[in-house]
Amino acid sequence: MNASIWTLVAQRILLGLLLIFLSSALIFAGTQLLPGDVAQAILGQSATPEALANLRAELGLNVPVYQRYVSWLVGLLHGDMGTSLTNGQDIATAIGRRLANTLFLAASAAIISVPLAIILGLVSVLYRNRWPDKLISAVTLASISVPEFMLSYILVFYFAVQLGWAPSVAMISPSMSVLERFQAITLPVIVLVMVVLAHMMRMTRAALLNVMQSAYIETAELNGLGRFKVIWRYAMPNAVAPIVNVVMLNMAYLVVGVVVVEVVFVYPGMGQYLVDHVAKRDVPVVQDCGIIFAAVYITLNMLADIFSILANPRLRHPR
Amino acid sequence: MDEMLLEIEDLKIQATSYPPGERPQRITIVDGVSLRLEKGKVIGLIGESGAGKSTIGLSAMGYGRGGVKLVGGSIRLNGQELRRAPSRVLRGVRGSQVTYVAQSAAAGFNPSRKLIEQVIEATLEHGRMSRPEAIERAIDLFRRLDLPDSETFGQRYPHQVSGGQLQRAMTAMALCPKPDLVVFDEPTTALDVTTQLGVLSAIKRAIRDFEVAAIYITHDLAVVAQIADDIMVLRGGEMVEYGTCDQIINNPREQYTRDLVSATNGEDPEIHPEGEPVLTIRNVCARYRGLAEDVVKDINLEVPPGTTLAVVGESGSGKSTLARVITGLLPPHTGEVIFDGSTLSPALKGRSKQDLQELQMIYQMADVAMNPRQTVGTIIGRPLEFYFGHKGKERRLRVIELLDKIELGEEFIDRYPAELSGGQKQRVCIARALAASPKLIICDEVTSALDPLVAKGILKLLRDLQKREGVSYIFITHDIAAVREVADTIAVLYQGELVRYGGKAEVLAPPYDDYTELLLRSVPEMRIGWLEDTLSALEAHLPCQAPEGAAPEMSATD
Repeated sequence: MNASIWTLVAQRILLGLLLIFLSSALIFAGTQLLPGDVAQAILGQSATPEALANLRAELGLNVPVYQRYVSWLVGLLHGDMGTSLTNGQDIATAIGRRLANTLFLAASAAIISVPLAIILGLVSVLYRNRWPDKLISAVTLASISVPEFMLSYILVFYFAVQLGWAPSVAMISPSMSVLERFQAITLPVIVLVMVVLAHMMRMTRAALLNVMQSAYIETAELNGLGRFKVIWRYAMPNAVAPIVNVVMLNMAYLVVGVVVVEVVFVYPGMGQYLVDHVAKRDVPVVQDCGIIFAAVYITLNMLADIFSILANPRLRHPR
Repeated sequence: MDEMLLEIEDLKIQATSYPPGERPQRITIVDGVSLRLEKGKVIGLIGESGAGKSTIGLSAMGYGRGGVKLVGGSIRLNGQELRRAPSRVLRGVRGSQVTYVAQSAAAGFNPSRKLIEQVIEATLEHGRMSRPEAIERAIDLFRRLDLPDSETFGQRYPHQVSGGQLQRAMTAMALCPKPDLVVFDEPTTALDVTTQLGVLSAIKRAIRDFEVAAIYITHDLAVVAQIADDIMVLRGGEMVEYGTCDQIINNPREQYTRDLVSATNGEDPEIHPEGEPVLTIRNVCARYRGLAEDVVKDINLEVPPGTTLAVVGESGSGKSTLARVITGLLPPHTGEVIFDGSTLSPALKGRSKQDLQELQMIYQMADVAMNPRQTVGTIIGRPLEFYFGHKGKERRLRVIELLDKIELGEEFIDRYPAELSGGQKQRVCIARALAASPKLIICDEVTSALDPLVAKGILKLLRDLQKREGVSYIFITHDIAAVREVADTIAVLYQGELVRYGGKAEVLAPPYDDYTELLLRSVPEMRIGWLEDTLSALEAHLPCQAPEGAAPEMSATD
């Protein structure tokens, strides 16, 4: 290890932080541009102008924009996410529980989908252009091509309604045991796995096949190494950077993109929370959810970048 | 009587081609080739690319590259038939009885593993030795192959050592399992002449010390003459001539072999330069950002109109850097480049469109210098449109005219680079440079990747074009034979400094400076015994300058 590689890593981290900061500004600006008005949403169409003005003053909506941005940012840095405009709850507490739920769902999906995708990618390369490869490609591509809400409803129809094997809604509560929780989230996990599997598996296959064109693969074959050893020792270490990149991208999607699936299965996660409060024009909640999603997304991609740097033997062992 | 190690009889090999829009076709790439190799002997396979020499070499391992299939005949190694052997049997033979040294060792090593792991891998895989024994043998081989710090050399990663060292490491990998046969597939083609000399002598010594048999594949007759007992000349997948090394070199029977022999010993009359120089390089020093030392140091050169300046030197001598300075890609920190009477802006950005037009470049790798998705017509037409605004029919007529100049027909206009041979691709690159009507073309190793006969054709074309169009060339190369063909003046670079400069006759005649002598002596001559003569001569006269590994003859252990 040398100084220059740590400089590169430090650069990625600083860039990540800068990106999170910039996205906070974007999110804040975006929410200011949204049409609609919280006071109107709370009081309804029949409210008098005086009542609306009073409520606006009470909610702090008359303070200049930049002041609100700065105080929001300072609050965030202190762990204070503010209070919800619609129900007056502390947002940090509400989000904390839901974020844990979302991460639980995403992690469960990732633990199944990542190894599965890599194994299927390996199998595809081992049997390239033969029937196992074609079958894996066909099934995964078909599953990614179906919209996730459609997939969710199909699964609910067959496995919950027709067969009764799994609950149709994925309600979980703190009182449930771990096993009960897993049972509850079976269907959403299956949907998420099907959605992210194809992308990761195709990328693993493509990255491995790309490396398999290299001259050193021929060297390994001409040294009499078995096909699996060639892939595992020669192709995998050199294909790992693009694979990790796409895995991280999909992990980020699992956290950020579960909105639809959470809503379909009425799962008490971040997605549902966000959607509820967008409908109520509850700007602080929307902003906080936005910044958390952005931070997760940027962090995971930053980790992928750092991993690619560390996995490059030319950077790890300079001349 | 020695036992027969390898017997190939009436070998027929086919590949599948996929012509666009048609059904895949089987094409025969090797037909009716037979050879016999005794234990400890070396056979050289020689021919231009597409002659099937690598294909035959790999068939001795029962291997067909890509979609290549061994469809007929027999291949017996130690009496065992390999042609239709199951993959389990082939895996057992490869890496133990027969091993392989690739043309580009730089690409042939896994970049993410240490060299030692890769060198001993096959030996361990086939259970030929225990791990400590294998490591000990690898270190011994590193030492015999003159690798530096043989004890710790294996701890490095492929990118941490030079191309010549990797080629030696790959030879060590091939020898480690104590094979009966090693297939050397152009092992020195990618190296410059001085490195080639060292690697060649290391390989020759290793073959002799270990009494291993070898198939040595090359397109350089002079190289194979140093190492082979027998030579087989191939063309278009068929055997042209097969005989002892002595007979092929000194008494070739077939016309094609005679052409090959004379292409390797070419000669040509020279032209005397006159008139105001097209290009003058004055006191140029340049370095890359972040480097403490200059890569080219205080260079002064001139290119008279209608002549060729050859810039010669081994890799790392700064010749390509000089090209980057002239083209403006690397602004020099001192000195100036005067082109056609006026000083050029040091950086590319500051140059006028006319400067760009009048100074063109042709590259070593014609493949990667062209957009694979553009037709020949588009590639050559682009400078016509960019510099002269030619469009439509006018542009097409001009492209056809240029195709005619490079001796390719009108039918090439709609072809894609992938449909052309290596020589044809380089011709298209020449036409693209000519399309700009330049005053000076920089040719960066333009023939290094080509076979000798094809290269000879390209050199002849460049000379003919010079006579007709009056264009000047800067010809960057490490190939002295090419320099003899095209140069009017020669500049020899060594470690960024100009060590010798003058007319061709003057530079290539004694007395030499040490480096020029090494450079000239390193060019293989088509004479059996040249390698030994050269090494002992270099050892006697130039002990300090001898290339890595060429100097001390080590004692054989057997």
